[in-house]
Amino acid sequence: MRHEHLISAKQLSREDIETVLDRAAEIAADPEAVAEACDGSLLALCFFEPSTRTKMSFETAITRLGGDATDMGGVESSSVKKGESLADTVRVIEGYADAIVLRHPSEGAAKLASQFVDVPVINAGDGAGQHPTQTLLDLYTIRENAGFDDLSVGIMGDLKYGRTVHSLAHALTNVDANQHFISPESLRLPRSVRYDLHEAGANVHEYTEIDDVLGALDVLYVTRIQRERFPDENEYRQVAGEYRIDAELLESADDELTVMHPLPRVDEIAADVDETNHATYFEQAHNGVPVRMALLEAML
Amino acid sequence: MTDTELRVSKIRNGTVIDHITAGQAINVLAILGIDGSSGEEVSVGMNVPSDRLGRKDIVKVEGRELSQNEVDVLSLIAPAATINIVRDFDVIEKHRVSRPDVVSGVLSCPNANCITTGDEPVESQFEVLDDGVRCTYCETIIRDSIAAHISVA
Ligand SMILES: [Zn+2]
Repeated sequence: MRHEHLISAKQLSREDIETVLDRAAEIAADPEAVAEACDGSLLALCFFEPSTRTKMSFETAITRLGGDATDMGGVESSSVKKGESLADTVRVIEGYADAIVLRHPSEGAAKLASQFVDVPVINAGDGAGQHPTQTLLDLYTIRENAGFDDLSVGIMGDLKYGRTVHSLAHALTNVDANQHFISPESLRLPRSVRYDLHEAGANVHEYTEIDDVLGALDVLYVTRIQRERFPDENEYRQVAGEYRIDAELLESADDELTVMHPLPRVDEIAADVDETNHATYFEQAHNGVPVRMALLEAML
Repeated sequence: MTDTELRVSKIRNGTVIDHITAGQAINVLAILGIDGSSGEEVSVGMNVPSDRLGRKDIVKVEGRELSQNEVDVLSLIAPAATINIVRDFDVIEKHRVSRPDVVSGVLSCPNANCITTGDEPVESQFEVLDDGVRCTYCETIIRDSIAAHISVA
């Protein structure tokens, strides 16, 4: 990959994607071979929002490459609490580390950070914006389970604020995929994502009910609908209940359907799905390590 | 000197923005940050007959030149505007605005959760689309009423 920073899935070409995924597969098959690939490199983990999973995954990846991670710690205990700008924070941290992994609650944060530092910035989630490393592991999982040809991908849940959805939708325009979006009216894809999908000539279909498309899907990517997106509890419960899947519902799906979720889940995928051969979300989470190893090896 | 130009008084040193899309003069003043409180001498003509546009607005500001950022945003709401720079009652420079690829400053992002709306040392920046503008940080698209997003500094 020639990119200095990884800010958005929009940067990624088909070739970039294949390069990272191929390398991730090699690493997964023989992790020992890269045990010293990033010997002496230090990765700064700057998480302005709580995240256990993504942070641990990066930490594991750099450690398995022979490098180290240094953690900014929670926002509560940092200079940010005292009103420091993000631009200042990253300029200080660039002096400590060889690359910065940034998670931030505001859209555009990673882009801004990248303008102030010379070390690579990796966007690990900016508000409702983008989450490109999640997308790479999602694509890895899709390629392993369903391939990249003549693919029908359903993406369900909070399409408006879900950054994993925005990144994945952009990236899927690089492969031979029909994209089916299933959500309540109020949580449809935002205008900016629609615009990009249209510009990329994507095949986009939208539904409010999963039953209308379930049987046609190779992959179903489920996301969580959050309580705070709704004005009141009743409305939330009613809507969330309609975008929930269980083993019974999946009886009408293709036998080969791959069910994914960026995790953590709450109750949008019932526990009985875990026992079916559709369940791929734990494998998906595990794929985060070799994929991030491949990425870090290329960027550091 | 044509009839229409006589309707608003001449200026000695400053800028005349002519051929503004009728109805946009108020927004042009907003782009310039002029609300009358800071004492500039300003003449505004609205819905003045024009050969080229049918009707047009015109704004004359004494003692003020426009920055490139202001001209760029101006071009979005008044694509046919001409800018005349006046010294000692003579027009010494005259040019038409052109639609830029990017506009910086002047507009503020309507997304309250955009990093540019916080206390960061950056100007807002928007990519110019065929039918609107798009924040280069959070990617929010503004289609209509660009003038509603002029920042009041
Ligand atoms: Zn913005």
